[in-house]
Order: sequence, then structure tokens, then C-alpha cells
Amino acid sequence: MAAVQVIRSEWTKIRSVASTVWTLSLTVVVTVALGTLISALSRSQYDRMPVRERLSFDPTVISFAGMTLGQLAMIVFGVLVVSNEYGTGTIRVSLAAVPQRGTFLFSKIAVAAALALAVGMVTGFAAFFLGQAMLGSLGTKIGEPGVLRAVIGSGLYMALIAMFSMGVAAMLRSAMLSLGILMPFFFLISNILGNVDATKKIGRYLPDQAGSRIMQVVPRIGDDTPYGPWGGLGIMVLWVIAALAGGYALLRKRDA
Amino acid sequence: MIELVGLTKRYGEKVAVDGLTFSVRPGIVTGFLGPNGAGKSTTMRMILGLDRPTAGDVRIDGRHYDQLKDPLTYIGALLDAKAVHGGRSAYHHLLCLAQSNGIPDRRVAEVLDTVGLTAVAKKKAKGFSYGMGQRLGIAAALLGDPQILMFDEPVNGLDPEGIHWIRNLMKSLAAQGRTVFVSSHLMSEMALTADHLVVIGQGRLLADTSMAGFIRQNSRSYVRIRSPQRERLVDVLHEAGITVVEAGGGTLEVEGGKAERIGELAARYGVVLHELSPQQASLEEAFMQLTAESVEYHAHAGPMEVPQDWGAGWKGA
Repeated sequence: MAAVQVIRSEWTKIRSVASTVWTLSLTVVVTVALGTLISALSRSQYDRMPVRERLSFDPTVISFAGMTLGQLAMIVFGVLVVSNEYGTGTIRVSLAAVPQRGTFLFSKIAVAAALALAVGMVTGFAAFFLGQAMLGSLGTKIGEPGVLRAVIGSGLYMALIAMFSMGVAAMLRSAMLSLGILMPFFFLISNILGNVDATKKIGRYLPDQAGSRIMQVVPRIGDDTPYGPWGGLGIMVLWVIAALAGGYALLRKRDA
Repeated sequence: MIELVGLTKRYGEKVAVDGLTFSVRPGIVTGFLGPNGAGKSTTMRMILGLDRPTAGDVRIDGRHYDQLKDPLTYIGALLDAKAVHGGRSAYHHLLCLAQSNGIPDRRVAEVLDTVGLTAVAKKKAKGFSYGMGQRLGIAAALLGDPQILMFDEPVNGLDPEGIHWIRNLMKSLAAQGRTVFVSSHLMSEMALTADHLVVIGQGRLLADTSMAGFIRQNSRSYVRIRSPQRERLVDVLHEAGITVVEAGGGTLEVEGGKAERIGELAARYGVVLHELSPQQASLEEAFMQLTAESVEYHAHAGPMEVPQDWGAGWKGA
């Protein structure tokens, strides 16, 4: 089974359903629009901010503020790419066509991840430039130290979030179940764990918290995070590998 | 050629498929018959490598399914007509499958034409009727121009025109020398299409025989007689060397097509007859007898009781 054939096939699959278009466009629109809005608000509020906040004011991170919400659409994209096969029963047709289950799963993930990365990069750059335009004199430039890394990192982060969701969906098969776990986890639980002192030390090893470190340019005052931007992204990659390995192990073992 | 050797599938305590050994040969339509829940679909999923056998082995042209390079070009299958993403068009559904097996794109238009779906090729599958879904599934099976075709209950939910079309399609595929393996729970349907018959019940092999042989063995013909002078009639027939059986409800039965002879004897000895009718036991009855003990979902708790005229309207075979 030539992997090239399967990749072509998966590309046809992904571009021939409407959910791909609406989840990915929602990701771009929500992330960029919300980031632009929050950047504009931050500029008007800057003078009233406490000194402590002004010192750690990170214009790059602020322009990515829309990602908290925008990533949810990316999660839906990742989940649907995999769970669509199960919800409709096409998994049997697909596996009869490609009985090598590893080739099948990883071709699907490669195609979807490449698309998520492209959309993530567009989103990251658009959110950054529009955000900086709103911040005006408070903004930063792409040439400043660490800024390009943060912007590219935001695209990588988006792709990894999508891949993590694909791994979870491959394990759980059901879209409802996967979204029911992933949505509250990334939107609520991770935030709560990361902001409560008692759980902070654990919270920062969660995929989204570790991964989003890459988008930070100005260090927070009193920040004792034990890893750097790439270290954080590395932790996220480990989560993704674990989710995908779990998905593959179950797909291999299970009856379709 | 599909070869099953001791194929077994267990789900915990429950045995779905129990040591099936048989072969499906090329050039003929092989019917795979069994009541609902007999294990037909499970067997077909194991042939396609979707479900893993608990024991035993199944090979396609001597190889395991996952050893086939571009499997759709060896074996095409219709398992479930609804297994299509509703948001995807018929064309794209088939295109994905073609690309995954290196089948040229033009085959998609060809098979859509074969099954008569060209007009709706770009329409989303969720708007399809069951019959159209069935045709799309058959198009997918034909895509790789395979030598082996497998259809799971293909006539279910089809209108008479569609049923007629599928029967002819299967026969013509077999006539081209291909292996055609088709499951059904209707004996009458199999009698019209299949050349060979594999019958299972509760996962076990009950019969593996030619259709002609099955008909010869199982389609019993007899004569039903009612008479107010039963005792006298029995004596008369007995003297003439004809064996009579009491069939309940005051009727008598005589094996074979001896209606004329019986009528003549009755006339000669002045016995009054109220009925003298040649009968043909249907294949459906033969099939039900064969599988009676293995039917999983009885309508009643006890053994299945079938009214005499049950299904008289449709079991013409």
C-alpha cells in the first residue's frame, strides 16, 4: 500500500466535506477578530493598569488573546476529521480499502495536521499584525528578539492542538464524547488548574499551558516556570505523541 | 476464491461464528443464507480483515486480506448501504476510495454510470434514498473491477425494479467468471439467484450444497386428500400399494405426484372425495426446518409455529 495513494485519498476526503471549511474559517475569524479587539482594548486601558502589569506587558501575547476561544474551533476540526469515519460507518469502507491501519491513521493525521498548520500560520501572522496595528505605540515588531519565534510558535501550537484532538478522537471514536471531554478541558479545567496556586505546578504541564509558552516574549514578573518556550512546546509534543500512540494502539487492536 | 478454515469469532461467552469451513468458488453466485443473527455479517467482516477471528483462518486467493496490494482490485464488498458520509457527494465518496487503491479517476464515472447514479453524482449522499445508497455501495464494490464480489443483504429495502437489477447484475458478474458471494435471510431470493448455497445457523455450517441439489432434496411434492370416508379410502389406497400418512386436521397426504391415480381409484371404489390437491413444499419451509433449531430470535418462547398459509403470498419458490 503506497502511502502516497492514501494521502491523496485522505486529502480528497478532507476537502469534500463542509465541516472542514467552517471549522477552519471559524478558527481564523474568531482568533483574529478577538485578538484585534482585545489589543484595541488593552491600548485604551494601558494608562489605568497597575505598574506590575505594565512591566510584564507583552504585546505579542495580547495579539494572540483570541486563541483561547479560536482553538476550540480547531479542536472541533481535529475531532471531526477522525470521528466522521465512525459516526457514519465509513470506517469499514475505509479500512477495507486500506487494511494497513497505521498507514490509514497516520496518512489521515498527516493531511489534517498539514492543513491545520497552514491555517494556524495564517491565523498567527494575521492576528499578530492586526493586533500590533491596534496597539500602535505599545506594539512590538516582528524583528524584535523572540517575536518571530512566538508568531511561528502560535501556528505550531494550533497544529498540535488539532493533532492532540485527533488522537483523542481516535481513542474515543465518538465526536460527542471527544468534544465533551476536550472542550471543557481546554476552556475551563486547564485554566482553573493553571491559576489556582495549589495546582499551578501541575497545571503548567498540561498540553495547552506548556505549549502556549512559545507565544510569550516578555517574561512575567516572578515567573518560575521550569521550561523555556521550546521546552514548553516539547512538552506539548509529548502529549500529542501519547494521544496519537493511544489512538493507533486501539485502532490496531479493535474490530472495526 | 475465498477459503474459510475453521473460522471462529467469540464475543466473550457468545459464539458468533463457530468453526466455519467452506470455499466460495469463481464463476457462480454463492448464496450465504441464514436467519438474522446467524453470523453472516460477522463472517463477511472477518473476510475483509475488519474483525479479527478468535480462531481459524480466511484467505482470498491464498492470501490474507491485509497482504493484498490495493485490495479493492481483488475484492469489492457492499456491507452497509448507509456507510457514507452524508455531507460528501457520491462522486467524492468513490474518488477517495479509488485514489487509496491507485484506481484511475475515470473509473468513478464508469461505475456511477453502471449503477445509474450519474445524474446525482455531485449531490450530497444524505439526500439519497436507501435504494440509491445501496447502488452507491455497489458502485464502490465494482470500482476496482475485482474478480471477487461480496454483497451483504443487497436486496434489503429495494423496490422491485432495484431487486431485479441486482439479481441480473450478480448473475452477469458470475457469468464473467467472477466469484460472487451474496448473503440473504430469504430462501426465495437465493433460489432465484444463487447457483450454490451455504447455509449457517448460530454461526455453524448447516449446509454447503449446490442450489439444484438443495431443491431436489427439499422440495417435496405430495397430494393432499380429504374424504368423509377416510378409513375406506386408506384401505383402498393400501391395497393399491400407495402409502398414506395422516396429516392432522382430518387430511391425508400421499408422497409424490399420484393425484390422477388416487382419483381413479376413488372413483372405481365409489369413495367420496372433498379434496384432492397436488402440493409442493416450498424451499422456504425447507430452509426453516433446516435452521429451526438455530434461530436465535424466536417470536415466541417455544419452538416456532408457522401457520399453514404463512407467507403464501410471496414464497413462490
